[in-house]
Amino acid sequence: MAVVMAFVIGGLFAAGIYMMLRRSVVKLLIGLALLTQSVNLLIFDAAQLVRARIPIVPEGGHSLIPPYADPLPQAFILTAIVISFGVTSFAVALAYRALRTTGTDDLDRIGETERS
Amino acid sequence: MKDLLLVLPVMIPMSTGILTLLAWRRRRLQRGLSLAGAAGLVAAGVALFAEVSGRGILSSQIGGWPAPFGITFVADLFSAVMVLVAGLVGFTVALYSLASIDPILENFGYHPLYHFLLMGVSGAFLTGDLFNLYVWFEVMLVSSFVLMALGGGRRRTDGAVKYVTLNLLSSTLFLVALGILYGLAGTLNMADLAGKFAQASASQPVGVLRMLPMLFLIAFGIKAAAFPLFFWLPASYHTPPIAISALFAGLLTKVGVYALIRVFSLIFVGDTAYTHTLILVIAGLTMVTGVFGAISQNEFRRILSFHIVSQIGYMIMGLGLGTPLGLAAAVFYIAHHIVVKTNLFLISGVVQRLGGTLELGKLGGLYAARPLLAGLFLVPALSLAGVPPLSGFFAKLGLVQAGVADGRYLIVAVSLAVSLLTLYSMTKIWNEAFWKKAPEAGGGAAAAAGAGIRTPLVPIALLAVVTVLVGLAAGPVFGVAERAGAQLARPAGYIEAVLGGGNR
Repeated sequence: MAVVMAFVIGGLFAAGIYMMLRRSVVKLLIGLALLTQSVNLLIFDAAQLVRARIPIVPEGGHSLIPPYADPLPQAFILTAIVISFGVTSFAVALAYRALRTTGTDDLDRIGETERS
Repeated sequence: MKDLLLVLPVMIPMSTGILTLLAWRRRRLQRGLSLAGAAGLVAAGVALFAEVSGRGILSSQIGGWPAPFGITFVADLFSAVMVLVAGLVGFTVALYSLASIDPILENFGYHPLYHFLLMGVSGAFLTGDLFNLYVWFEVMLVSSFVLMALGGGRRRTDGAVKYVTLNLLSSTLFLVALGILYGLAGTLNMADLAGKFAQASASQPVGVLRMLPMLFLIAFGIKAAAFPLFFWLPASYHTPPIAISALFAGLLTKVGVYALIRVFSLIFVGDTAYTHTLILVIAGLTMVTGVFGAISQNEFRRILSFHIVSQIGYMIMGLGLGTPLGLAAAVFYIAHHIVVKTNLFLISGVVQRLGGTLELGKLGGLYAARPLLAGLFLVPALSLAGVPPLSGFFAKLGLVQAGVADGRYLIVAVSLAVSLLTLYSMTKIWNEAFWKKAPEAGGGAAAAAGAGIRTPLVPIALLAVVTVLVGLAAGPVFGVAERAGAQLARPAGYIEAVLGGGNR
């Protein structure tokens, strides 16, 4: 499972970076979204994938018996999802604004006319 | 009491931000609140500094959960100094924006965003947990994104797109590094990591162990605008309104430097021959590329933006040396740089108002028209270049001493040469904007637009006085920096304060 996840994460990263290198603002946004998703998966994977071992201290015991599914990375991911949601929606609004003020979504041409 | 002191630098900007949101579109009320909140942040910074200076490192566990599990706030001398300087800059720029900011931007929420940005900055300085550091970075970045894009216009939108993209990329890399670090060590509390990373690294191949510091170096390097990751900074810092770019220039990259210093003096200290040598190389290249970039520019704010990059090199040089004296000099340098750089950006705002432009070729004659302004420009400009007896001289002296003591003559030579080039580009601004005769067209405009520059001069003078005072009282101030450097170089005290004391 970890190997499959590694390939999924790597593929998502590659796709995200490829999209970010394109000149269109919209593709840049898609690239950013892909990147944030792949990072979430990476955090999930880096803390080991454990099935059906809930992190609850058994009755009468004092500590968890490993292996158990670590809940902390999932809390990290939740926070990261919320943050990336907010940031991505801001980036979409900015891209829309850029399109409205400049009439283009080509990154190389957004700042162009004012210089010439 | 100490818990309150630690949270106040976050609480005050947060409450100010919320209050100014409630006072939406009531500009006079917002301005009063904004100024009061910024003054409160200064007071909280002074109180925190006095406490940390007198009683050593403070730590607080929010909600009473013990250290590696709960939310930790820590202030050592370095954090306290940073909060204090951030408060000072926050206050002066708030004062400056009263006179300069466009009322339209105020109606779009300038004041709430300003204080949420300050909240993120103080939070980043005070947190004791790497994941919380990420969250504070995001708080700071989201506010800065909106401030950067506020008001629109083609140039500003262009700058904002670059700024947003690269900073998001850096946050993503930071998160990657956090995920892998957690997988390796099982904790993200910085003090806890200091021990656990060394333990965990014993059983790992050297490739993994070198990859992690490099991920952090790249993530924070983008934020700090270090070589070769600085290109977003000169591409965007000259576009927003002056007050906003002055605040960004003073504070934001320095939060990246702060994070670098914290992580590389506390956690990644096992392999210094590799990491810290690399940091020194980056420091040298950052200085040189930054200053050459500045020399090639002919616009006031673009020159200053490239100088931010060049100065970041000096701060990282202190970290790369890694000795107590080097770290002390880095702390001193950061504090000095924040004050001086903010001041130069504020002055560029007044120059823009007087001359109607920031293109050096079209400016001129400002010394004849405004001798006071010219004098106020000279203080931070000479301080930036490192002319005694101003603060920059002692910052550079400390770095040079630390470098010589460590036998790193090459980086010392580079830093001295870059100082000379800095002086050269400061004299270029002086000659072009202040000394040479005003060009025909600009002269009339300068005289006509002269009204109403007295108010912005108050914060500029305030920061100039701070620069001079730091220079005159360099002994005691450097003493504080030395204590901060000693705390950073020997993190046992920090770890003890977080894990040992507190609520246990």
